[in-house]
Amino acid sequence: MIKVDRSFSHMEYVEGMEQTPHDIMDTVLKERAEYDYNKYTENDVRRALNKEFADVEDFKALLSPAAMPFLEEMAQKAKGITRRYFGNSVTMFTPLYIANYCENHCVYCGFNCYNKIKRAKLSMEEIETELKAIAATGLEDILILTGETRSKTSVEYIGEAVKLAAKYFKLVGIEVYPMNTDEYRYIHECGADYVCIYQETYNPDKYETLHLRGHKRIFPYRFNGQERALLGGMRLVSFAALLGLDDFRKDAFATGLHAYLIQKKYPHAEISFSPPRLRPIINDASVNPNDVHEPQLLQVMTAYRLFMPFAGITISTRERAGFRDNVIGICATKMSAGVSTGVGGHIGEEKGDEQFDISDPRSVEEVHQAITEHGCQPVYNDYVRV
Amino acid sequence: MDDKLIIGGHEFNSRFILGSGKFSLEMTDKVIKNGGVEMATLALRRANVGGSENILDYMPEGITLLPNTSGARNAEEAVRIARLARAIGCGDFVKIEVVHDSKYLLPDNYETVKATEILAKEGFIVMPYMYPDLNAARDMVNAGAAAVMPLAAPIGSNKGLSTRDFIKILVKEIDVPIIVDAGIGRPSQACEAMEMGVDAIMANTAVATASDVGLMATSFRLAIEAGRKAYLAGLGRVLEYKAEASSPLTGFLRD
Repeated sequence: MIKVDRSFSHMEYVEGMEQTPHDIMDTVLKERAEYDYNKYTENDVRRALNKEFADVEDFKALLSPAAMPFLEEMAQKAKGITRRYFGNSVTMFTPLYIANYCENHCVYCGFNCYNKIKRAKLSMEEIETELKAIAATGLEDILILTGETRSKTSVEYIGEAVKLAAKYFKLVGIEVYPMNTDEYRYIHECGADYVCIYQETYNPDKYETLHLRGHKRIFPYRFNGQERALLGGMRLVSFAALLGLDDFRKDAFATGLHAYLIQKKYPHAEISFSPPRLRPIINDASVNPNDVHEPQLLQVMTAYRLFMPFAGITISTRERAGFRDNVIGICATKMSAGVSTGVGGHIGEEKGDEQFDISDPRSVEEVHQAITEHGCQPVYNDYVRV
Repeated sequence: MDDKLIIGGHEFNSRFILGSGKFSLEMTDKVIKNGGVEMATLALRRANVGGSENILDYMPEGITLLPNTSGARNAEEAVRIARLARAIGCGDFVKIEVVHDSKYLLPDNYETVKATEILAKEGFIVMPYMYPDLNAARDMVNAGAAAVMPLAAPIGSNKGLSTRDFIKILVKEIDVPIIVDAGIGRPSQACEAMEMGVDAIMANTAVATASDVGLMATSFRLAIEAGRKAYLAGLGRVLEYKAEASSPLTGFLRD
């Protein structure tokens, strides 16, 4: 029997965690709690669609059930905005999992500490071998991932991996446990410019019930991760809720508002969204009417585009090829290719098990081809490190 | 008629400077040919020397490259990017872009002046992208700018000459070429800017978002040429409010 670790509150910091102001978090949580999407009408959606720039109130309308019948119009408008801001460019990247040890117990995650999976951590030699293999595919943009444990994958270990990655790639990002500002600064100096943090859900009460053990239980420390990353010198930060863990409309709204307020406070920050979802279970509609099917996912993605025209949107390999290939022309600006979610796996056998199954196993070459066939321009590099 | 655009001692017949990075690379050659383009900008961040889909590989021979410093947030970063561009063989021209707002992408004139001064001293032919402010433009010229590139409207907005009156002031007062950059959404707007007396037009989004990219490049070339000829011809007067009065107010005067 697995018990919830109640030795500390999920809303209070523990020793070693840097505390930063809660101004943005307080606003996001208050607005999320008050967001009643059922009150929005067809007229509210029309008004939002007719505006040149969607404001926060419009964003709420665009995420509401009333907007569902307007999905085609949202997609059309999103497509025009994406073309104006990004042209037809679609940047390709790939994730590299260098370890899957984890000290957290997140009930929905394949890496959680109670799952009896094959754990592994790559040595620096193994990491370099993987990096070389990925670089040989032509990619210039890489995301380094670990499970979340400082004891098995220290800041220094991640920093050394980033230094190696920076030798082979023009843009290096990390998706690891949230860190303190000085640690982000160190990782930035090692060569990373991009930090991706999934908040999972922005409902603190639900968050507590899903994250039973480990440092990840501390909601505010995770919430303020992007801000600390920017303070540490990182240039790009990514925001995400795992849609479907809780009420996806409220979580999508909170994700957008979080990013919006960060950009307002740090105007130079380059913002991007990742919209992962939990796949609905067959016949689950009666149990959970807020399941995220493809139309709902597209609604969220187009609402992000209308609300934050300049933000990048990354489309995950969790989605099928047919969905991914079509959203790049509408709202997504970045897509992964040649993906393995196991530890290593870009050359020979994976050393550790996968975090989740992917739905789009295509190689870099195949994704390149698909992007071209959809009238878009595959981009390998869109970054210069200064 | 000998009507050259001269920037930093280099002569150009074309007054259409093409932006890149928003349309498929394989279209580059066609757009450049149709547009009669002799100078094209490219973001150094999109260069991928030795790698896949390197924008530099798609630039036809003979084109003058105008690398920009997209991604720079301050003068120091712009200077570093400009030096990198020169190091990989992009030549001496540089378009300075200093932006530290990811939302509106408006240029920072103050930092741009600083970068202009440093790069001009290093022998670059500096073309700063700027908000059309007369004081800043004078500072840029004094710092060594070979041209100034005021925005017509926010980049990518296709809104046209939102800053018309301020650009007119630059045309009157600034002696280096004025190249309208950003915001031009349709050929008629490019034509109007040229009629006003600006020296050249830079466009990207307006071409890239057209249904027929190649044809739109042709259209921009023609519009820019028409506007230039109209400027040289000297526009006829336009009576703004009414036809000329048959009994003028000054009719009572005697010799």
